[in-house]
Amino acid sequence: MSDEGGSESADLQGGYAVTLEDQSTQLSPVSEPANSPPSSGTASPAIKLKSGKVDVLLKATGDAPIMKKKKWAVDPSKKIGWIIEFIKKYIKAEPSESVFLYVNQSFAPAPDVEVGTVYDCFGSDGKLVLHYCRTQAWG
Amino acid sequence: MAEDREILREIWDGRVPICFSLASDEIFTLEHPDPFFLLVPRQSYFPLATDRVQRTFLKHVDPDNHGEMWLEYESQPLKWHYPVGLLFDMYNTKGPLPWNITVHFQNFPEDELLHCPSRDAVEAHFMATVKEADSLKHRAQVINSMQKKDHKQLWTGLQNDKFDQFWTINRKLMERLGEEGFKYLPFRIHQPEKPFIQKLFKPVSDEGRLFTLADLLRETVPHIFADDTSDVLRCEVYIQGVNPPLETPVQWLSEHFSYPDNFLHIALVNPS
Repeated sequence: MSDEGGSESADLQGGYAVTLEDQSTQLSPVSEPANSPPSSGTASPAIKLKSGKVDVLLKATGDAPIMKKKKWAVDPSKKIGWIIEFIKKYIKAEPSESVFLYVNQSFAPAPDVEVGTVYDCFGSDGKLVLHYCRTQAWG
Repeated sequence: MAEDREILREIWDGRVPICFSLASDEIFTLEHPDPFFLLVPRQSYFPLATDRVQRTFLKHVDPDNHGEMWLEYESQPLKWHYPVGLLFDMYNTKGPLPWNITVHFQNFPEDELLHCPSRDAVEAHFMATVKEADSLKHRAQVINSMQKKDHKQLWTGLQNDKFDQFWTINRKLMERLGEEGFKYLPFRIHQPEKPFIQKLFKPVSDEGRLFTLADLLRETVPHIFADDTSDVLRCEVYIQGVNPPLETPVQWLSEHFSYPDNFLHIALVNPS
């Protein structure tokens, strides 16, 4: 859980195409978003990316297989359930297996919530960190 | 902290009269089932209230061709993971009573509804939403300092419609931790045909001024105001079935008008 993922950001939608933006500044070790949203201002932490996409960092928890690429640019209007399906495909989960997704290592957002909304409230340092696992971790 | 106990009680006791009818094209038996009438708590969720509806109507559908039960009102599938009172505010505030809901066992609208395999799914969703709310209010410090049995008591209090059982625990979630207000306000604004809006919003300014419902709406949905200066709205604003005055502080609303999931659910309804 401590590793920070690959060095490139890939586009979840466009067949894993690597985006052109320099992500290096966002890959500096970040402190965990802790159990709280960002602490400053009423404005959303959403540093609007040029691409209009949200950077999502996917981290494995428990016995879930680690993803080679961890950082993905996601259209903010995509639903959380869509990311879950994406992870299931990526880690080649059996159709009968579940994948659970957590924000702040604390709560599971509903599958019908838009990624952009979760990012607006719980993103930090320009990205949204989501932990995934195969069993309910933080029930 | 939530202090106006009479208001908490009044909100808790809110009920919606509902008439459930089986979709006519799904009736398989010669004998048509009678509609099913229920008074459903506004704070509850449909799967906690519709066991008997399901059992009754299941006897009248094709035993070889039926799936998970789902509900619809005027072609609008109803999300089971939203509180009943919110769904009522969104879709039937101005409609006739009882609220006429159609029950289906076929053609589950996969794109619009989540599956609800069991009551456990409702509990998991409920607790996740409470945790999310506390992440906003208190950096999750209060919910994380509670024991498992406290979490359970919140759920059983809601499930069994026990006000005291629920509020004994919930009052801790409504505390301010030595400040004027919550860190951020757990709120969602629901509009027809759109995903809900949820953003970071502080209920109290750095100078200690209490932000009002008008401030919140102007910040998040400015287009509903007729102009930049007055508080005339193009739509109606419902929270827990009422139109609160726009000058109401949102901190107070959060403490008293939130649903048990600890979110302030605001429904914007077009004028008829």
